[in-house]
Amino acid sequence: MPLDKTIKKVLVLGSGGIRIGQSAEFDYSGIQALKALKEEGIKTVLINPNIATIQTSNDFADVVYLEPVTPDFVEKIIEKERPDAILLGFGGQTALNCGVRLAEMGVYEKHGIRVLGTPIGSIVKTEDREKFRQAMLEAEAPVPSGRSATTVPEALEIAGEIGYPVIIRPAYTLGGLGSSVSWGKKELEEAASMGLRHSMIGQVLAEKYLHHWKEIEYEVVRDAADNCITVCNMENLDPMGIHTGDSIVVAPSQTLTNSEYHMLRSAAIRVIRKLGIVGECNIQFALDPKSQKFYVIEVNARLSRSSALASKATGYPLAYIAAKVALGYILPELANKVTGITTACFEPAMDYIVVKVPRWEFGKFNASTETGQRRIGSQMQSIGEAMAIGRSFEEAIQKAVRCLELGREIPDGLAASDKELLEEIERPTDARLFAVAEALSRGIDIEKIHALSGIDRWFLNKLKNIADFRKQLSGLKISDKNFSSLLTDSKKLGFSDPMIAKLLKTSEVKIRKLRHFYGIRPSVKQIDTMAAEWPARTNYLYFTYHGSSDDAQRSRKSVLVIGSGPIRIGSSVEFDWCTMSSVFALREKGFRTIVANCNPETVSTDYDMSDILYFEELTLERVLDIIEKERPFGVLLSAGGQTANNLAFSLAKRGVRLLGTSGKRIDMAEDRKKFSALLDRVEIKQPAWKSLTSLEGIKSFAESIGYPVIIRPSYVLSGTCMKVAGNEKELGGYIKHAAKVSRDYPVVVSKFIQDAKEIEVDGLADGESVFIGAVIEHLENAGVHSGDACMVLPPVSLEKDTAEKIKDYTERIAKSLRIKGPFNIQYLVKDREVLVIECNLRASRSMPFVSKAIGVNIVKLATRCILGEKLTHLGPLNWEEKADGFFAVKMPMFSWSRLRNVDPVLGVEMRSTGEVACIGKSFHEAFLKSLLATEQQIDFTGSIHAKNLSNAMHNRLQRLGFEINNGVSKILIDLSEKESPERKAAASKGSLIITRPEFAEAFISALESGPELEPISLQEAYNEKAH
Amino acid sequence: MKAILVLEDGSIFRGYGFGAKAKTSGEVVFNTGMVGYPESITDPSYAGQILCQTYPLIGNYGIDPSCFESDRPQISGYIAGEICNFPSHHTSKHSLTEWLAASGIPGIAGIDTRELTRKLRAKGVMLGMLQTYENEEDINEAELAEKSKNIDDPNKKDLVSAVACKEPVEYEPQNHNGITIAALDLGIKMNMIRRLNSKGCRIIRLPPSSSADKVISYNPHGILISNGPGDPKKAGYSVKTIRQLMEYKTPMMGICLGMQLLALALNGNTYKLKYGHRGQNHPVIDMKTGRCYITSQNHGYAVDAGSIKGKDIGLTFVNANDKTAEGMESRRHNFSAFQWHPEHAPGPADTEHLFDSFIETIQKEKR
Repeated sequence: MPLDKTIKKVLVLGSGGIRIGQSAEFDYSGIQALKALKEEGIKTVLINPNIATIQTSNDFADVVYLEPVTPDFVEKIIEKERPDAILLGFGGQTALNCGVRLAEMGVYEKHGIRVLGTPIGSIVKTEDREKFRQAMLEAEAPVPSGRSATTVPEALEIAGEIGYPVIIRPAYTLGGLGSSVSWGKKELEEAASMGLRHSMIGQVLAEKYLHHWKEIEYEVVRDAADNCITVCNMENLDPMGIHTGDSIVVAPSQTLTNSEYHMLRSAAIRVIRKLGIVGECNIQFALDPKSQKFYVIEVNARLSRSSALASKATGYPLAYIAAKVALGYILPELANKVTGITTACFEPAMDYIVVKVPRWEFGKFNASTETGQRRIGSQMQSIGEAMAIGRSFEEAIQKAVRCLELGREIPDGLAASDKELLEEIERPTDARLFAVAEALSRGIDIEKIHALSGIDRWFLNKLKNIADFRKQLSGLKISDKNFSSLLTDSKKLGFSDPMIAKLLKTSEVKIRKLRHFYGIRPSVKQIDTMAAEWPARTNYLYFTYHGSSDDAQRSRKSVLVIGSGPIRIGSSVEFDWCTMSSVFALREKGFRTIVANCNPETVSTDYDMSDILYFEELTLERVLDIIEKERPFGVLLSAGGQTANNLAFSLAKRGVRLLGTSGKRIDMAEDRKKFSALLDRVEIKQPAWKSLTSLEGIKSFAESIGYPVIIRPSYVLSGTCMKVAGNEKELGGYIKHAAKVSRDYPVVVSKFIQDAKEIEVDGLADGESVFIGAVIEHLENAGVHSGDACMVLPPVSLEKDTAEKIKDYTERIAKSLRIKGPFNIQYLVKDREVLVIECNLRASRSMPFVSKAIGVNIVKLATRCILGEKLTHLGPLNWEEKADGFFAVKMPMFSWSRLRNVDPVLGVEMRSTGEVACIGKSFHEAFLKSLLATEQQIDFTGSIHAKNLSNAMHNRLQRLGFEINNGVSKILIDLSEKESPERKAAASKGSLIITRPEFAEAFISALESGPELEPISLQEAYNEKAH
Repeated sequence: MKAILVLEDGSIFRGYGFGAKAKTSGEVVFNTGMVGYPESITDPSYAGQILCQTYPLIGNYGIDPSCFESDRPQISGYIAGEICNFPSHHTSKHSLTEWLAASGIPGIAGIDTRELTRKLRAKGVMLGMLQTYENEEDINEAELAEKSKNIDDPNKKDLVSAVACKEPVEYEPQNHNGITIAALDLGIKMNMIRRLNSKGCRIIRLPPSSSADKVISYNPHGILISNGPGDPKKAGYSVKTIRQLMEYKTPMMGICLGMQLLALALNGNTYKLKYGHRGQNHPVIDMKTGRCYITSQNHGYAVDAGSIKGKDIGLTFVNANDKTAEGMESRRHNFSAFQWHPEHAPGPADTEHLFDSFIETIQKEKR
């Protein structure tokens, strides 16, 4: 069954802003789908407000709408674009839920639109817990005892029937939102009410909880002719009870026998057939570690985080194939993209092991272990993940942990008493892996750890190998006879040069030299989907110390681009967009592009997007390995955010050619003293600051400049970094509890200017001339981290002369730093005075926003300048001149409802997990649309909760027809500067929470102006601008 | 313990040894399955071969004799990236190393199995020598390299008689469906018997040298020509039996070597594949329906599709990757045959229904 030729135009729904549970994996799957459609000559329309994504660049879809993925907007766009069909499986739970709602509203029927791939009926079967149970019974795939409940008493009744422990899981949510395990009645009451609150349809599943059973996943593909394959199976190191997104996951499974592996595989195929899925789905099983008993836990009838992981783990492009299958192709008609000659209807054979580890950000929310805020469970809380590939488990997991950039490795262990370790192992937080490693190195019995954690002995034995070897290394001397053989063994067990150096009390450089002296170097191996049975034509590579030969040859005229590593708060998909923009520019200029990155969710780790992909840790050691192997023309660090930037100094010191602004100039911008001197020279002011090494010094300096002050310690105890102190008491308290001050750990204190406007400039320079991409206004006053601020383009309240002054300053700074590449400068404006806060000589978080708003990819331009092109050849382009009535607003997206007991206020530390942006004919339209794009359930009429706001605002809200503080509302305005229980409660419900007066003002005046909210495509906006 | 592997082209791999302290030789082949090492090691079709697992972590779940495909390890030697000495599974009775040591089979680990596999892919399967040892003095690399040029090719031997049963054995099902199947054992995998037993068939397992009369003397309703090791042309004596059996028009099913022998019985031809099909992910296409199945395979020889043309045999399945013959049938001679292993173990159970079709055919003809 080949392509259905009647499909000419397809609408693809994206997943919106990044939040916990829904991340960059949908940028990757969406792009694969768009590519699959484009190859067939089908026109594509994409709706996704996630401004930071690569899919919303105009290279992939024919028409891009940065609009809310809500039934209203999607229907409006359908009316406008008249697509023949729609794809729902590539935009996470957001797209799936929206797609189901559209079906219920009869939109597809009304407009004659076909749902491609998995039919709506099948989707509903996977989401509605009761229908799901029924389908599973028919598929002879057992499900745990239990049933769905719509009230708390009903849940308690079920628990009475099935017995505790019970797990509550809400329908139609993602990432286990609102799910938890209860061991008794009281716990269950709370759990059930939380679960019901989170479900879109007020339904939860109360089910027997299978404590410490193995958690196994399969990725399954089915075509319309009923051909079925399982592309990958995965085993969670953390057994049932920890959400798979928060679990360490290995692929393929390690502790399953052939009969178990294939018993579950066959069940997976029965399930996908019964559900009638056409495309891809993820199936989760619980397997009894003591018998062959198993249960189906869940099915995701769409591309997922796990499917992205499986694609990267195996090299099998699941989303691409799922899109082709949705178009009518059958699997044996499609080619395996890696070999180019074999069929896609097969199951990849891996000859390596893959380990995925999650990255949490509890530190950013001041979460402490004592209060249980860091505890992990059946509700996903991690924000990002890293994947590593090796040929031993030890090698892969050590690598994976380094990829997380936590500043700690497995052998470091955890400083705690034995009792605390065991408590951590039984009731885990984000530190369990380190607790296990420490317990093993203290000689605590594997059986005991197994009993407490349920972690399979196989994994524990492997972790013990690491712990034991650490001890062996600690006693080793370079002069010892067995030094070189132990060094070899340590590399096979995944020990890094810095860790070996630390244990041997020597330097990383020395260990590297010794390694090379003994000829201990890693081999390059290829991921080819077929375990070397057929030759691969792609260059998807990793390093291992379990090899004696390389698979790949070095290529000519290449540039190495360092990616941005795992997603975390402050470094998200925007830097993947920057990485890929650089790659595209390099390719256009005829370079072979090498990408190094370790994030399985991203587009940059798609082997199809660059010439060579190293799926590798972004440590100095590994980047040097890549450079030695490939000998690239140069290395580009400016796109990968802080991760890549952090390598600049060490690489430059080793003589690596870094492309772009020189290391000396980067240092000049990053070293506060040097930067101040430079600003003095060009006569630009900055807020008063000083670097201090004693508490007395800090206090007296704060006194002299006046409170409030901002403190930035260089060593932090509690996880957070920056802090504003309003008086001496706050300052003292913070220094005492959170920051360390000494000669080795100085603290930077600077004046905090109140009620100042914050302005950012994104631009680029070619070493001489400067291109200002945009002057961006923050809606909130200074004091809100730039990543959490609502950004407006063009500025709406900035005086013209101030804007000119900012441009002038920008030119002066850029020229004096001789910037060659992208840059971002942040300013404060108060009473028309302009002060510089900081200057970053790399791609910034806001660059995808600016680029898409002005229609010029500034990172691509910057890359061309880095390669030597001059701006004068590129022509002038400026938002303000071209704007003609279009406004763009970027809105942060938070994941408050996932976190325990957090007051959702904004401050100098970033807390948002993602961002969205919309374009409008007025600021108010763009503002309201982008607000809708973040919170899909908010209603601009009805009830609103309001606290601590002025009478004037109160009255205006009333005039807008809101019922204030009466009834249930999804919006809370609470401007209190003190901790607020109302805010905390609203946070756990996932409400829209407004905490800043500037934001409240914008919100109210936008509603007052009452703009029509009409979808506008990027292409329309650009065309109108061009006229 | 250390180990060395020398290939006939002079390639040398040095790693650590496991299993028995011994010296062995054989045809070096690779299997890409990620689970199922006990099943593979006990599969009689691997007789005479040194088996390399491309998946590097082997032995993780130990050894459970209840999943064996025969009563003992059949391979000559074993190759893996890393062998697990602390297996973890509730069914495990021994570690892989202990079991192989007790069976006298040496293994080598800690070598670059991907490099070895790439070599075999590029040059084709090769003969090799594997030796495990304690002291460097125990081996002489030059001597091994010299010897490796003259290794006896197991494919020139009659491997079938070495692995098959010597006397008839009967296997009674729990719930007999009235069907008796005679299985001509050329190195049969136990899972064929287990699958057919579980479907209610009584199985008479017969030695490969059995005459057609002997087979027929059991009044079988169906005949199974099993899998087995080596070059089909070295099992020529059973070709005659098979040809005679065709006369009786009793429904026949051939699996793997069984399919090759059916082709030879009708004057078709077989040939050696460059590096064989060994793994659990081989796609085969049903030429009637276009449907594609994922199969478990283990064969180094194949039926020459051209050679069976015009011989009352139709090609029914083809390999989706290299287009080799995977299935054939003959109405006139009343058989169907498959190059892969519908009984799986190790591997996917997606084509187990072929046994059901065989039983259906038998039932129809019984009536």
